[in-house]
Amino acid sequence: MLILCLVTPALAVEPSEMLKDPALEARAREIGRALRCVVCQNQAIDDSSAEVAHDMRRAVRERLTAGDSDRQVMDFMVARYGDYVLLKPPFKAGTWLLWLGGPLVLLLAGGALLLAARKRRTIATAPAPPLSDEERARVAALLREPSQGR
Amino acid sequence: MIPELGHFALILALAVALVQGTLPFVGAAKGDIRLMALGRSAALTQVLLIALAFLALMQAYVASDFSVANVVANSHSAKPLLYKISGVWGNHEGSMLLWSLILAVFGAAVAVFGNNLPDSLRARVLGVQALIGVGFLAFILFTSNPFERVSPAPVDGNGLNPLLQDPGLAFHPPLLYLGYVGFSVTYAFAIAALLEGRVDAAWARWVRPWTLAAWCFLTCGIALGSWWAYYILGWGGFWFWDPVENASLMPWLAGTALLHSAIVVEKRDALKSWTVLLAVLAFSLSLLGTFLVRSGVLTSVHAFAQDPARGIFILGFLLLVTGGGLALYAWQAPKLSGGGLFQPISREGALILNNLLLCTLAATVLLGTLYPLFLDLLTGNKVSVGPPFFNATFVPICAPLFAALCVGPFLNWKRAELGPALVRLRAAFAVSVIAAIVAAVAVDGRATLAAVAFGFGVWLILGSLVEFAGRVRRGRLRTLPRATVGMTISHAALGVVVLGAVATASWNVELIRTMKPGDSAEFAGFGVKLESIVPGQGPNYIAERATLVLTRNGQPYTTLTPERRLFTVQRRQISETSIHTNLLRDLYATLGEGDADKGWTIRLYWNPLAPWIWLGAGLCALGGFVSLSDRRLRIGAPRGSKGRSRTAVQAAE
Repeated sequence: MLILCLVTPALAVEPSEMLKDPALEARAREIGRALRCVVCQNQAIDDSSAEVAHDMRRAVRERLTAGDSDRQVMDFMVARYGDYVLLKPPFKAGTWLLWLGGPLVLLLAGGALLLAARKRRTIATAPAPPLSDEERARVAALLREPSQGR
Repeated sequence: MIPELGHFALILALAVALVQGTLPFVGAAKGDIRLMALGRSAALTQVLLIALAFLALMQAYVASDFSVANVVANSHSAKPLLYKISGVWGNHEGSMLLWSLILAVFGAAVAVFGNNLPDSLRARVLGVQALIGVGFLAFILFTSNPFERVSPAPVDGNGLNPLLQDPGLAFHPPLLYLGYVGFSVTYAFAIAALLEGRVDAAWARWVRPWTLAAWCFLTCGIALGSWWAYYILGWGGFWFWDPVENASLMPWLAGTALLHSAIVVEKRDALKSWTVLLAVLAFSLSLLGTFLVRSGVLTSVHAFAQDPARGIFILGFLLLVTGGGLALYAWQAPKLSGGGLFQPISREGALILNNLLLCTLAATVLLGTLYPLFLDLLTGNKVSVGPPFFNATFVPICAPLFAALCVGPFLNWKRAELGPALVRLRAAFAVSVIAAIVAAVAVDGRATLAAVAFGFGVWLILGSLVEFAGRVRRGRLRTLPRATVGMTISHAALGVVVLGAVATASWNVELIRTMKPGDSAEFAGFGVKLESIVPGQGPNYIAERATLVLTRNGQPYTTLTPERRLFTVQRRQISETSIHTNLLRDLYATLGEGDADKGWTIRLYWNPLAPWIWLGAGLCALGGFVSLSDRRLRIGAPRGSKGRSRTAVQAAE
């Protein structure tokens, strides 16, 4: 499949497909970059030379010429090919983790860091526990010893 | 005969790796110096054996020995010598052999230069290195033997994929692998530290240069791959958020985080446990990248199931390396805690923020890359995750990272004030805002977000330079550590990359037109005339070459000669773009299909600041190499008292 799309890499959007109206063509490009060529591996229809991509680009331009808004064109393509055609998947039951995963990592890790920092501060500022009798005796013994030099 | 020798050398290498992966551990546990020293000689033997195997395969390619199945599948007698050589790693089996070779070279480097490491640490590092080597060598020998023969031998081979017959891609895999495999050394150090139960400054002083070297190579490798995509795929894009690209970006992000946290370990003896974890993760992500690219799981989950032997092997190995590393970490990490205390607003705090954001970025890419696979596997639902998704999730997290990047270097270790740093960055901030506004008003009518991103690019460059200027003004240029110079170069270079990427992606101008020889057009202030289209002949392809003459104000400016090549062996076409650059913009032309009746499809792009993307990436790696040349980090530099006191002085800064 990948090979199919890369065979003639220079053939993406063709002059024959392009609309006369530059504003409309610019909108078609914007949409084309967000739609996936359904037989390729991760390529937008604008970048693909596959036959399907060619048909999809034409379909986008037909809808635009017919007066559809960008939104309506996208909906039309989704109705035809499913959510799979969107390179930016919609926020849905199946994709919430995809969308929220990154922010979740940030929040959890950031929260853990804050907690750790607070804990460290309380440890650092807490007064040292008093020495036990045994420890005091050892300190005294150490202080009495003549220093042995380095 | 020679391929059999190579095969045999590989089997011997596996045996040696098995010895190196076991006995030195026993020696380290028992304190037996002889067993520990075995690691060193075994590492050297291993590199010789694998080099022998690699040379044997290369010989088969150069001599076009078509009795070897791998050569038949990937080479052809008419191929230029460079691509015969690069064909060795331009395929699955050979690239795994290259991976093992680099692994062994790094192992040998630790063996040779590691004289100043404690014996037990060195033995354990070499042991872990060898165990990774065992995994890869067994993988090659049992599932992907490059030395397999075919009988009867065909007259000629099938040739290499024409897209890969390109100088950029000839050197892309070795650089990338130097990066991937470089992280195996930090992984080995991390595991050894966990086994030893301690991390000290000597450990960090070793880990940092290795991370830095691996990171530099990975940066170069990714940049080269992106450059290749830019000029070969023919529509001027440079980064596609393709899973194969993401596979290399994830270890790069983790490696960048590791690079920074290792500084804290070295200078402040803090963040030890976290750094060890990052080292484990960075290499795990490298392996994951290899798994994604090599198992075929990306093409389709089902392609993976059809030929499971390779995929299952790498997956199992990946689980062992990651799971084993993490389990050992969970068990031993509590011993590593402690170290220097610091306030949240401090150099340490800034570097932790850097790590937090970089890891979030890596997690975002990981999720976007793996999510479609898992969803398909678990529910059968198909979902596409492409550039628009990453633009919406990845880019926003870059904003705080870039904003903080310039502030961090101003902060002191342990405790710092935010105020003075911000005051010194006032001018840089003002200029960045003005640049963004100018960009929004003058250049860009479409998207204001691109203008904001442009402002960030200016901010990164100016902010880094202001910090550097501050150091110079304090009269410390001569004594300035190379590591600091390297940091400034790399940070500013990141800004250069951002400027190039934003300008090219947002403000390019294109012309797509069907033209016949003699036709003219207007394009981005240039007059374009298609002079001729003539047939051409290469060593293993036939071509159509267009001559486009560009004029400016009626004066001849330059000539672009894009080609369309048909590789006769594979019957495959590729387009050879023609690019004229003045380092501020690229004029980029490709020739599409056509004939004398209908005319040919000509594509022209004016890509502002496009060269800055790769120039910046190159500078970024250069900064890493400058930092690597710091006396303190020089591999093998004696641990003399001089070096130690220098470090102490810097730590006290």
